[in-house]
Amino acid sequence: MSDFTSGFWPIYISVLTLVSILGTWVFLKSQTTRKFAPGEKAELMEHTWDGDLQDLNNPLPRWWLGLFYGTMIFGLGYLALWPGLGNFAGLLGWTSKGEYQAEVKAAEAKFQPMYAGFMKQDVATVAADPNARAIGKHLFLTYCSQCHGSDAMGAKGFPNLTDNDWLYGGEPDTIVATITNGRAGVMPAWEPILGAQGVKQVANYVLSLSGRKHDAALAEAGKAKFAENCAACHMPDGTGMKALGAPNLTDKVWLYGGSEATIIETISKGRNGVMPALTQTLGTTSNKEAKLHLLAAYVYGLSQKQ
Amino acid sequence: MISHENIEKNLGLLIVLTILIVSVGGLVQIVPLFFQTSTTTPVEGLKPYTALQLMGRDIYIREGCVGCHSQMIRPFRAETERYGHYSVAGEYVYDRPFLWGSKRTGPDLARVGGRYSDAWQVAHLMNPRDVVPESIMPAYPWLDRPLKDTGIQAKMRTLDIVGHGYTEQEIAEAPAALQGKTELDAVIAYLQVLGTHAPKN
Repeated sequence: MSDFTSGFWPIYISVLTLVSILGTWVFLKSQTTRKFAPGEKAELMEHTWDGDLQDLNNPLPRWWLGLFYGTMIFGLGYLALWPGLGNFAGLLGWTSKGEYQAEVKAAEAKFQPMYAGFMKQDVATVAADPNARAIGKHLFLTYCSQCHGSDAMGAKGFPNLTDNDWLYGGEPDTIVATITNGRAGVMPAWEPILGAQGVKQVANYVLSLSGRKHDAALAEAGKAKFAENCAACHMPDGTGMKALGAPNLTDKVWLYGGSEATIIETISKGRNGVMPALTQTLGTTSNKEAKLHLLAAYVYGLSQKQ
Repeated sequence: MISHENIEKNLGLLIVLTILIVSVGGLVQIVPLFFQTSTTTPVEGLKPYTALQLMGRDIYIREGCVGCHSQMIRPFRAETERYGHYSVAGEYVYDRPFLWGSKRTGPDLARVGGRYSDAWQVAHLMNPRDVVPESIMPAYPWLDRPLKDTGIQAKMRTLDIVGHGYTEQEIAEAPAALQGKTELDAVIAYLQVLGTHAPKN
């Protein structure tokens, strides 16, 4: 609250607030008529409507009047205890930031001992712990399921994490690095270089690598083109390169689909699979490291069960 | 002098006194906000929306996204654990109108920028259930159509009046920046910048 552009504003707020509360008090006091003595009748006002409707000048009921004063007293009490009057912080010293930090601190105190235990163990050990897996599952559903699915089996373009087939590697350290910094896969568009027919030939060669149905003549023609253009990332035998996230083309796992049409689309237009970095997303507290550890362990464990 | 009877019988006086009383709340609570550094200074690195992001923001408003998605992370642990640092006033200085929202049928989007890849955003807007089977969000397939330039230069000039600070060059280049883009591109450009200048944890 202390960041006003000039010292005028805190005074403006305080004066206007207090003057309006006290002014209301004085005004109400000046308008209040005294309570009637027993037997005393209210003054009859001059209007009469609808023949016999009369207007009596009764004083306000005292309980109602009490509510008015009560609100003002409550207002003054509030302004004394909590921030409200310009730069005055209030006797309780409350701030929303302080309340938030207290909440975080309480949670850290509660969870830290448990997290500390997991932090002493390596990822593989944590992955085998049912309690850690239960926590990891909740973390996964919060941060990862939107792309990888709540069953972690992925979707078109978003890898399945349960099949022990890894684009960038499935070692605990690699998983931690992937979650922390994200990944950006870059496969360029090859149609401008290979031409439509060349793409079709290479696609058929790629199909042949995993033993799928393909046109042998086209595949044969594509073999040289693959060696020349694709082998740099996917390796000459098509088994891929984890350092670049270039997928293994010889297995039955397809990120975007393994039909001839889809492979042609992939080669023609390229693919740019991006996994965002989760550093900032994983939370604000000192438990962030532990959450990363538990999450990595959960992901590691997903494919270890099989 | 000012008696209850006089006020009731003098309509002009009644109106003046009513306005005086009612305006105190606004004068005390709203007016000083315009003179507070934390509400008028952008957070570090925050830039006014680009032409494409501005168009995306208009589409976000047109499609009623704000009805189900808030853009305001409150200082509660339950929220900061899920979304990141709580929102601060300086993040919204270029939001006119602000899109804080008041209801979360879907998640808060104040920090959605960079959280998902562009490809995910495309798939998700075309049909949310393709990537999140449990989702109840409607699909927005019609967004995949050419973006119409509905007066981007006039809009930028208007925002300049209230201090967005677009340069003449930015305004001149704005229509070209929208050329060949789809509404989908614009919305994603807007979503991907949300919260990218949030205070770091």
